[in-house]
Amino acid sequence: MKILVCISHVPDTTSKINFTENDTQFDTNGVQFVINPNDEFGLTRAMWFKEKQNATIDIINVGGPETEPTLRKALAIGADSAIRINTPAVDGFQVAKELSHVIKNGNYDLIIAGRESIDYNGAMVPGMLASLIGANFVNTCIGLEVEGDTATAVREIDGGKETVTTSLPLVIGGQKGIVEESDLRIPNMRGIMMARKKPLNVVEPQGASAETKVESFDKPAPKGPTKMVDADNLDELIDLLHNEAKAI
Amino acid sequence: MSVLVYTESEEGKFKKTAYEVASYARGIADMLGTTVTAVTINAEETSSLGAYGVNKVLHVKNEKLKQFSASAYASTLEMAAKQEDAKVVVLSSSANARYLAPLLAVALEAGYASNVVALPTSQEPFKVKRTAFTNKAFSHTEITTPVKIISLGKNAFGLKEAETEVQEEDFSPELPENAFNVAVQSVDKAKDKVSIADAEIVVSAGRGLKGPENWEMIEEMADILGAAMACSKPVSDLGWRPHGEHVGQTGKPVAANLYIAVGISGAIQHLAGINSSKTKLVINNDPEAPFFKAADYGIVGDAFEIIPRLNEKLKAFKEQNS
Ligand SMILES: Cc1cc2nc3c(=O)[nH]c(=O)nc-3n(C[C@H](O)[C@H](O)[C@H](O)COP(=O)(O)OP(=O)(O)OC[C@H]3O[C@@H](n4cnc5c(N)ncnc54)[C@H](O)[C@@H]3O)c2cc1C
Repeated sequence: MKILVCISHVPDTTSKINFTENDTQFDTNGVQFVINPNDEFGLTRAMWFKEKQNATIDIINVGGPETEPTLRKALAIGADSAIRINTPAVDGFQVAKELSHVIKNGNYDLIIAGRESIDYNGAMVPGMLASLIGANFVNTCIGLEVEGDTATAVREIDGGKETVTTSLPLVIGGQKGIVEESDLRIPNMRGIMMARKKPLNVVEPQGASAETKVESFDKPAPKGPTKMVDADNLDELIDLLHNEAKAI
Repeated sequence: MSVLVYTESEEGKFKKTAYEVASYARGIADMLGTTVTAVTINAEETSSLGAYGVNKVLHVKNEKLKQFSASAYASTLEMAAKQEDAKVVVLSSSANARYLAPLLAVALEAGYASNVVALPTSQEPFKVKRTAFTNKAFSHTEITTPVKIISLGKNAFGLKEAETEVQEEDFSPELPENAFNVAVQSVDKAKDKVSIADAEIVVSAGRGLKGPENWEMIEEMADILGAAMACSKPVSDLGWRPHGEHVGQTGKPVAANLYIAVGISGAIQHLAGINSSKTKLVINNDPEAPFFKAADYGIVGDAFEIIPRLNEKLKAFKEQNS
């Protein structure tokens, strides 16, 4: 089985979010970038297929040279080779279109992407990609098995989960649950050394257009002071929740 | 020309989000000087949409669509959008709506903005405000294509009544063969429980509860308040609670009216998921817990001592006010 894992390069989850250039650009100053957590869960599931079912794993990213350390980390975790489409990621549609060009020639059986990236939270690349290449698609995937040409996936739905079956080629939008947190791998020294020798192919973009454009960013207004209530005065709490907050 | 809205139902009944997206679509239609057409799939009665500004209902009745299928639903909406010459398509933020939206975007060659929290700030160019960085910021985004798709953040807009006469039409588009390539085998849904996505109140607890055996008092509170249950990430990682309850950056977003956090420290990744909740109550024994800074109301104290007392008081309050 040939697997492709889409890797988004995102600010580390503890990053302070700030903007520059008149609030039009994300301020990368002092920000550490990591593999998007939803993608890391998917990559780990791919490693399981590699070890148990002899799959091969390519990883792919749309982005400039600054994303290469993130790709090397994914190689150190165990992916076999990497592809970087050399253009900044502007919006989900553009990313999906760029990915689809490369993927059409790749004969992948399974394409694993994350449910959403934790920076722009677009939640659109996996579905758009599936549509563009004519593959089946399962979103919010929290379980996945593949037997021959058939995939069985568990999908999170509002208030529960559902089990679906479909055929390859398949694109999934994965998330935590597809593997447990404790299964995530930290690259070891050997992995890091080997990653240096693994191929990282840079391909030029097709010049796909974005369909949305970020004009500016802003941050939520600071909230007012917290009202502290004494633990011995729960009646006051209920009164505040009922009369002031109108929440109960 | 119209604004098309996908109004979701469950077992024939509209979900609250159906009225919310209808209200929002009405707002856009007023800006654009046009009408609202709703697509309903296997809903039993559709006239209630008239109260929220829907002019026309395309009523799909199809046994094959009883189980949600992203691809088949996207095809249905695609054909409706084409028939109605829709300029904007509005969906909710439910798991299903966000599953089908990207498929629809490709079919209609439409720019798509998810997590939108307000009416467009401008029509030409078409600009919307959406959340980004998992609720730590907003992004003002322009959609540049002729057809636009919007998924509306939960509880972002509310219900706006606008009495309108509804015209009903049966709609039975021919669905492509491959629309059912992903087949649902089984659905496992807690029937009597409120889901986080639909809940007005969410009661959540963290590692401060010390073990899975201590959740009874939290469940009791959720019961009294008719609330959904949630938890912090370590709690679901430890297997104390199911994964589906984990909220935060890598879990579910919560945009409830009231979010109650018991024994949760308020790490940045947790806060990112609950920022858009209206009122936050935090109960923690550590006065330095970062969560207090994000809270509207806080109580410093031991959960094991406070929650049982609070439950008694909430029960009495509910009895008096029901
Ligand atoms: C990539 C990444 C993604 C993450 N995503 C998420 C996410 O989506 N959601 C999430 O929640 N976390 C997430 N985390 C984890 C996050 O950083 C915190 O570790 C987590 O939120 C802490 O959970 P907690 O508050 O339940 O536990 P703790 O940090 O252990 O805090 C427990 C709290 O309970 C209080 N307490 C203890 N006993 C009592 C008592 N008897 N009564 C009252 N209070 C008591 C303590 O004072 C403390 O404040 C993520 C981390 C990483 C690295």
